[in-house]
Amino acid sequence: MLVTERTIDREFVERMLEVSGQPFKQCMQCGTCSVVCPMQESTQLTPRQVMHHLQWGQKEALMNTNTPWICASCHTCEVRCPRGIDVPKLMEALRLQILRENKNFVEPFQIDKEQLKEAPQLAFVSSFRKHTS
Amino acid sequence: MSDTATVENATPKVEAKLIPIYIMGKMYEVPETLTIMKAMEYAGYKYVRGAGCRGGVCGACATVYRKPGDYHIRVGLACQTVVEPDMYLTQIPFYPANRAKYDWEQIKGECEEVYEAYPELFRCLACNACTKVCPMEIPVMDYVSAIKRGDIEKANELSFDCIQCGLCSTRCMAEMAQYHIAQMVRRIHGRFHTPQSKHCEEQVAAIKDGYYDDALAELKALGTMDPTTYEETPGIKKLIELYQAREGEPHTAEEFWTPESDYALLKSNGK
Amino acid sequence: MKLGYYPGCTLKTKAINLEVSAVKSLEALGVEVEELERWNCCGAVYSLADDDLVHLLAPVRDLIRAKDQGLDKVMTLCSMCYNTIARANLLMRKDEEKRDAINNFLEEETDYFGEVDVVHYLQFVRDDIGWDKVAAAVKNPLKDLKVGPYYGCTLTKPGEIKIDDSIEPVSFKNLIEAIGAEYVAYPDAETCCGSYQIIGNPEAALKTTATIVESAEKRGADALILSCPLCEYNIGRRQADVRGLREGLEPLPVFYFTQLLAIALGLDIDTLHLDRNMPEAQKLLEDKGILATA
Ligand code: SF4
Ligand code: SF4
Ligand code: SF4
Ligand code: SF4
Ligand code: FES
Repeated sequence: MLVTERTIDREFVERMLEVSGQPFKQCMQCGTCSVVCPMQESTQLTPRQVMHHLQWGQKEALMNTNTPWICASCHTCEVRCPRGIDVPKLMEALRLQILRENKNFVEPFQIDKEQLKEAPQLAFVSSFRKHTS
Repeated sequence: MSDTATVENATPKVEAKLIPIYIMGKMYEVPETLTIMKAMEYAGYKYVRGAGCRGGVCGACATVYRKPGDYHIRVGLACQTVVEPDMYLTQIPFYPANRAKYDWEQIKGECEEVYEAYPELFRCLACNACTKVCPMEIPVMDYVSAIKRGDIEKANELSFDCIQCGLCSTRCMAEMAQYHIAQMVRRIHGRFHTPQSKHCEEQVAAIKDGYYDDALAELKALGTMDPTTYEETPGIKKLIELYQAREGEPHTAEEFWTPESDYALLKSNGK
Repeated sequence: MKLGYYPGCTLKTKAINLEVSAVKSLEALGVEVEELERWNCCGAVYSLADDDLVHLLAPVRDLIRAKDQGLDKVMTLCSMCYNTIARANLLMRKDEEKRDAINNFLEEETDYFGEVDVVHYLQFVRDDIGWDKVAAAVKNPLKDLKVGPYYGCTLTKPGEIKIDDSIEPVSFKNLIEAIGAEYVAYPDAETCCGSYQIIGNPEAALKTTATIVESAEKRGADALILSCPLCEYNIGRRQADVRGLREGLEPLPVFYFTQLLAIALGLDIDTLHLDRNMPEAQKLLEDKGILATA
């Protein structure tokens, strides 16, 4: 992570604070969230790293990491964070930053037909809520 | 029905009070007794699209309007809704909507097949904008909800009066075309979830057996309109005559009405 | 007492094995449920953004339906429905500003102020019936069946709506013991199954699911019980794919907790709708001689 005056996006920091309502500046980088995250095998940045990038307003890196898209909103980190930070809320704020530009992460009509037959309704409802604009 | 004829019909016989309405932002004074459709014709608009049955069943004439000082979107069928002073309106004859392709012969009648064709239905947020905008007062949100939970019976029942006007899809936050989805559901319901009608099956069998072949050949032999001038040939004149003389169910018919003519009637005991 | 029941979008078809076994078991325990006459899908996930009210409309509408029907308590079976509706309810109780905005927007509906209580089935059985009574009603104890609990995330997290401890829950342990089965503890009973990622990132979801299956098998579980149709899909019906990811995994049957409860209460096998479970589920019950006596 390269931190210079030019790479810090203050407006983005404000926006993330507003959308998530979470005081991520208070994260003390203990790493508890990263250790307990069930999706850690598949994520690029760990939740702790996401917090760090947020603190330093690293919008570009955060817009390009897969972590918010892999996060399952399981709240495992949230119930253990010693600073009481609701990490999944920040993951949601990061997703919305992109979804609100009318971009989809999942395209409903590209889903495998077999899966559309097999999977339970709530899989689609929740997936589309988290991953479509 | 030709356009000029309707304009004449539109002119009220009794002098009606003129009221101002705004069609696509432009003010017109029209007789207060007219429907929106007739008022538009009165104002000089000519219907090429956006009108069909003129009887409130085809769904071609969906119209949205507002009234001054009121944020609500109001809707109506142009052929059924009477004008109101100061309404500003536009018709929405067509709205692009996703209509899935499916092979009807492959359909087995399960809700999953609807999900395959229209996965976007799971994006419904229950905002209820669709129900509020339906000119047929159909609980659109509820039928979408019924489809989501796989209740084909209920979705069929709730959406039954839909005239496919498409207004619901203009307002959908989830960007789906509710009415196409419901239509697929009603088809599934009709084919797989309702008892087959016996007389219909008999008719179909009769058609397949060639019961009507001679009659059809006779009609076909009457020919077509003149292909260059579109004039009525003697054969076509005969066809019109036959059509007008055909036996149809009279308006005053009792609940159980049976046709008399040989061709219209296929007696279950007969041929 | 009238206990309202909110089924949710999946329980009438794909998870009918959860609905029927649950409702019939409650009946056997002396409680009748009154299903909401009108309801819509709750949205399955609670919106986590502070500036997003639109995703609250669905769960709030369901709460309004319950209120309109004169119910003061509404129960869900699906954990995700529970989570979504309970959190929406909490917001309607606590956040006056957002509550007003939502009530204003829902102009065609009754105003709602959080009057209805939201409970999950497991919580209801525990608190309103009690494990003693459940144990006393058991006709067919599931001896010899080693059962691991699978809590998933949405019943116990976040803390504001948890029905049990977020880190060390015990409700399923109590249930397993009450129905006479053997409780198997394992470290991943609360590990997320990957949830909705099964659609967008199936690989990522199946990896965490493999961890759960492996961990439960190592501790000797014959089966897992759970309460969420999405967990059931990821861990149960997708298990062939899960096993493909990791060497040495055996089929691990997955049941809704209400199915085992129904068997223990001596209900008819038809209430289980076992054809909706992974194929190994029925086989396990047959091998253990449980279905024969049911
Ligand atoms: S909520 Fe997201 S980031 Fe937190 S532990 Fe779960 S998957 Fe990981
Ligand atoms: S657990 Fe909390 S304080 Fe620790 S790194 Fe994660 S967000 Fe920061
Ligand atoms: S359901 Fe939609 S298409 Fe059908 S009548 Fe209502 S608004 Fe028109
Ligand atoms: S307009 Fe669309 S999103 Fe809103 S309730 Fe109707 S179908 Fe659902
Ligand atoms: S023209 Fe057919 S409904 Fe109005």
